[in-house]
Amino acid sequence: MRRTLSILLSNPLSVIGLLLVGTVVFSAIFADFIAPFPSHRGAVVDFSNFNQPPHWPNIFGTDLVGRDLFSRILYAYRISLMLGVVVLAIAVPIGVTVGLAAGYLGGWVDFVLMRLTDVFLSIPPLVLAMSVMGVLEPTLTNGMLAVTTMWWPWYARLAYNVTRSESQEGYVLAAEIIGASRLHIMFREILPNCVPSIVTKMTLDLGFVILIASSLSFLGLGVQAPTPDLGSMVAEGGNYLPDSWWLTVFPSLAILIAVFGFNLLGDALRQVLGADQ
Amino acid sequence: MSPVVQLLAKRLSISVIVLIGVSMLIFAIARIIPGDPARIALGPNATAEQVVQLRDKLHLDDSIIVQYAYFVSDFARGDLGISLYTNRPVMTDIAQFLPATLELVFVAGLFMIGFGIPLGILSARHRGKAVDNVIRVLSLLGVSAPSFVWAVILMLLFAFFLPIFPIAGQISDTLTVPPRMTGFLLFDCLLAGDLRAFADAAHHIVLPAFALSLSGIGQAARLTRANMIETYDKPYIEMARSYGFPEQRIARRYAFRPSLIPSLTIIGLDFAAMLGNAFLVEAVYAWPGLSRYGVQVILRKDLNAIVGTVLVISATFLVVNIIVDLLIAFINPRIRYAERSRP
Repeated sequence: MRRTLSILLSNPLSVIGLLLVGTVVFSAIFADFIAPFPSHRGAVVDFSNFNQPPHWPNIFGTDLVGRDLFSRILYAYRISLMLGVVVLAIAVPIGVTVGLAAGYLGGWVDFVLMRLTDVFLSIPPLVLAMSVMGVLEPTLTNGMLAVTTMWWPWYARLAYNVTRSESQEGYVLAAEIIGASRLHIMFREILPNCVPSIVTKMTLDLGFVILIASSLSFLGLGVQAPTPDLGSMVAEGGNYLPDSWWLTVFPSLAILIAVFGFNLLGDALRQVLGADQ
Repeated sequence: MSPVVQLLAKRLSISVIVLIGVSMLIFAIARIIPGDPARIALGPNATAEQVVQLRDKLHLDDSIIVQYAYFVSDFARGDLGISLYTNRPVMTDIAQFLPATLELVFVAGLFMIGFGIPLGILSARHRGKAVDNVIRVLSLLGVSAPSFVWAVILMLLFAFFLPIFPIAGQISDTLTVPPRMTGFLLFDCLLAGDLRAFADAAHHIVLPAFALSLSGIGQAARLTRANMIETYDKPYIEMARSYGFPEQRIARRYAFRPSLIPSLTIIGLDFAAMLGNAFLVEAVYAWPGLSRYGVQVILRKDLNAIVGTVLVISATFLVVNIIVDLLIAFINPRIRYAERSRP
């Protein structure tokens, strides 16, 4: 652990990644204390101060109904991160179990489960999430559900590939010979060897879940107003380019910074943990 | 049978299974809609009889398996039903909007290959140097934003701030659009022999296609770099170096070719992502593709249109992947010359 950390800190790019992710997570958790106008997360209207370019105290300017953009971005981070954590918390166990079972048990289990995975993977990710989101009411919970349906297959693929190569290893054979149960071999012997690749992918994916969720709400199929959301902020501001540039530029950069941070960190972890995709 | 034909047959049969699965999945998703689609389609002023009539016409009162059977038999005849949003056959709607989307995605795909792979090669050849670091950071940035963010930023920079590209649309209003033949505007311009319209349309497609391709360029550069560096560590490269072959030739002939194969597989997958992301870019640039239609039919819970659109997009994706697989089989001598393909 200490060695891992020291390798991470020796690479400037990883340090930047850590800093970016740290800032995003910190501002999401402590948004109540950092945001200059905490009440602006909701349906507040201040028409005396609407659509103003960046100035003090609205350092990112104000939106079309006079809310402080900086405060709203902080709260949007909180919701995006929460969504990312929940999606991965559901998608990863499902995907990994499917992949382990298909990879270790083989035969018809392999065929059925992996073809099912293929089906989900053959619909472009955004389109699948869009259609799930479309038939349900656009709420935060349904948004999580929509993103989860498109996310688990990737973990199934990953776990499947690792399991296939690990199940040829001597230690699996040894466990089989002493009569260990299949469940024991899958979850106690093979699973620990999948962990580095899974952790790496989860770090990268926290960024990508934010990216996809913002894409859904950009199209109007995600979190609904007045909940602050980076995607819908960009969509709303897009109609007022180029005059009210701050409406789109700051939320866009907010997405870029968060996803970039998780990508840098994930890349660094991949090198340290030696986990290949 | 030659190995390539065998591979094609195997891939085609798997694709058909997958496509049937996709149709079932989408059908199931579309039928769990809360609320009555017939009521939504007819609006609040419709009488109860009208709703019953439409429910009957759409077979909404039958079991889901019967409904699916109706759907499959209609689909086999090329009939995806009537869109409740446009009141036209879904097939007609898709045929009208899909070409513009595909055109955008293909141009973006060209950008992805044309910029991504050379950048990756450059990065690998100068591993650890400044060039490499710059390319790595840039390609990671490319991957790190959804395409609507790039679309907005590029539009702000190159259409408003430096007005070198048009802001939106597929062709200038002042030009007469050539007669619709293939539906692909660039092709249609050429077929009509109208070079001015072609140049104008090409000018319009650059910005949206580039915005769409940025994450693909980043992905392709990263992969090509990783694969080439792996190849560079192989003994035969060292041998080529000790023979005194020029670096240029080593890179092109010995290091690049084997690393192209894994890159191509991922490029196929990226194509799928671009088919989805095209929705985002089209919304920013008012591109007359499937995006507007797709979002509208989803918001209006237009079942036939949702199922049809997703099915056509997935089929396109499967076709592209088969092409990529064949391309790989053709490039890879181990498959091309194999007497027997893998079981």
